[in-house]
Amino acid sequence: MPQPLNYLKETASQTAGPYVHIGLIPAMAGFDIFEKNFSNVLVTPATRGERITLEGKVLDGTGTPLRDVLLEIWQANAAGRYNHPADRSAGALEQGFRGWGRAGSDFESGLVTFETVKPGAITDRAGRKCAPHVNVWIVARGINIGLNTRLYFSDEEAANAADPVLNLIEPPVRRKTLVAARSERAGKIVYSFTINLQGPDETVFFDV
Amino acid sequence: MNAQAPALQDPRLNRPEPFAPRDGGFFQRDRSIHPPAHAPGYKSSVLRSPRQALLSLESSVSEITGPVFGHNDLGPLDNDLIRNYAKDGDPVGERTIIHGRVLDETGRGVPSTLVEFWQANAGGRYRHKKDTYLAPVDPNFGGCGRALTDETGYYYFRTVKPGPYPWRNYVNSWRPAHIHFSVFGSGFAQRLITQMYFEGDPLIPVCPILTTIPDKDALDRLVAPLDLNASTPFDSLAYRFDIVLRGQRSTYFENRSEGN
Repeated sequence: MPQPLNYLKETASQTAGPYVHIGLIPAMAGFDIFEKNFSNVLVTPATRGERITLEGKVLDGTGTPLRDVLLEIWQANAAGRYNHPADRSAGALEQGFRGWGRAGSDFESGLVTFETVKPGAITDRAGRKCAPHVNVWIVARGINIGLNTRLYFSDEEAANAADPVLNLIEPPVRRKTLVAARSERAGKIVYSFTINLQGPDETVFFDV
Repeated sequence: MNAQAPALQDPRLNRPEPFAPRDGGFFQRDRSIHPPAHAPGYKSSVLRSPRQALLSLESSVSEITGPVFGHNDLGPLDNDLIRNYAKDGDPVGERTIIHGRVLDETGRGVPSTLVEFWQANAGGRYRHKKDTYLAPVDPNFGGCGRALTDETGYYYFRTVKPGPYPWRNYVNSWRPAHIHFSVFGSGFAQRLITQMYFEGDPLIPVCPILTTIPDKDALDRLVAPLDLNASTPFDSLAYRFDIVLRGQRSTYFENRSEGN
C-alpha cells in the first residue's frame, strides 16, 4: 500500500435558508445591529470608471421571481485589476474599491440591484483577453449549494465573441443567458439581467 | 446592557493582519459530499435547482481572487451575540461558546477570513420580519455576529444555544438546533454557506435539509461536539466546529508550471 494522501474533505454546503438576511444584511430582516454594514453599493465618489447599475431577477422553474434570494458580486476595477494580492496583472490597483458587494432581493418584486462601475477586461494566465465580466454567487432557501455564474455586457460584442469562457458554452444559444442588456434610464446606465434557475432559458452555472 | 460583564475582546485584535493567499488554482470540488441541487425530500429545492450540467471551469484570476476584509469592517461586539443586541439584560438561553478553525483541504489554517453566523433565539424564533413562528422574540437577542480568523485560522464567538423550530416541509418537519455559517476564504471559489448542528440532537437524523447530504461522514462533520475543555466554568458550555474550505495549489510560477 502506498502512503495515504490524507487531504481533508471540504465542509458540506447547506442552504442559506429564508432568513439569510439576519446574518448577512440584517437591516433587511428588520433590525439594526452592526455599526458597519455591507451593501450593494460598491463605489465611492472617488471610484474611477463608468458608473453602472446592475438590475435583475432570479426566476424559479415556474418563472416566478425569488423574493428571498441573496446575490454577491465580485469584479475587477475599471482598469481590469482585482483588489487581491493574487492578481499580478498590470492594471492599476485602486484604493477604496473592494470590488465586492451583496444584495438581497426586494421582498415584493424580487428585484436585485447593485451600484458599481463597469469592470475592465482582464488577462488570463494563458495571456488571453477576457471580456469584461462580473462574477456572481447566488444563495437562497432551496439552493443547496451556492450557484456561480457571470454577467457579461451587451455592448461588448467583439470581446464577448472572443471570450474563452463564453466560448466553452455549447450550444451558442445558451451564451446569451450570461449577457446583461445595456439601457439608459434617467441619465443612468442600467444593465438588466435575468437568472433562470430552470427551463429552456436556464442560465449557465459554473463548477468553478 | 449588563454593565458588570466585561466585553468579549480578542487580545489579538490589534495585531497586524497576516494575509498570504496562494495564487494557484483550487482543488476540484468533490460534489459527492455536497447536497445535490435537486433533493425532493427538501421541497423548496424542486423549483430552485438547475437541471442542466454545470460548466466546468479551470480556476482563473476571477476565481482565485476574492474580497479582502479587515478589522475595520467589524465592530468590537460583533462576535458576542450575548451582548451585541442586549437592551436591558442578557438574552434567555444556555450560554454557549462556539469556536474552531477554518482550514483548507491541505490542513492549512485560513487566516484573516471573514466568518459570519446567524441563528434563531433559545425559543427557536428568528428576529426576521418574515418569521411567524409563535415562540416569542427575545428583546435582548439579535441573532447574528461575525469574526475574522487569526493567523492560524482560529475563530470564536459567544451566544445562546438556538432552539429547534417547525417548518413547512412535511407537516412534522422540525429543524434541529443549528447555527448558519458563511465563510469567504481567500478566493471567490471558496465561498461557502453551511450550518452547524449540536452533538446529541435527536432531530438531526430526521431533518429533510440535513439529509440532503448524501455522504454520512460529510453529514457528521457538520455536527459540533461538546468541548468541556473550552467551556467557561459556571458560565458557558463550549462546542467546537472546524470548517474546511477548498484546497489551493501553491503559487504558480511561469517557469515552473510542473509544480502546480
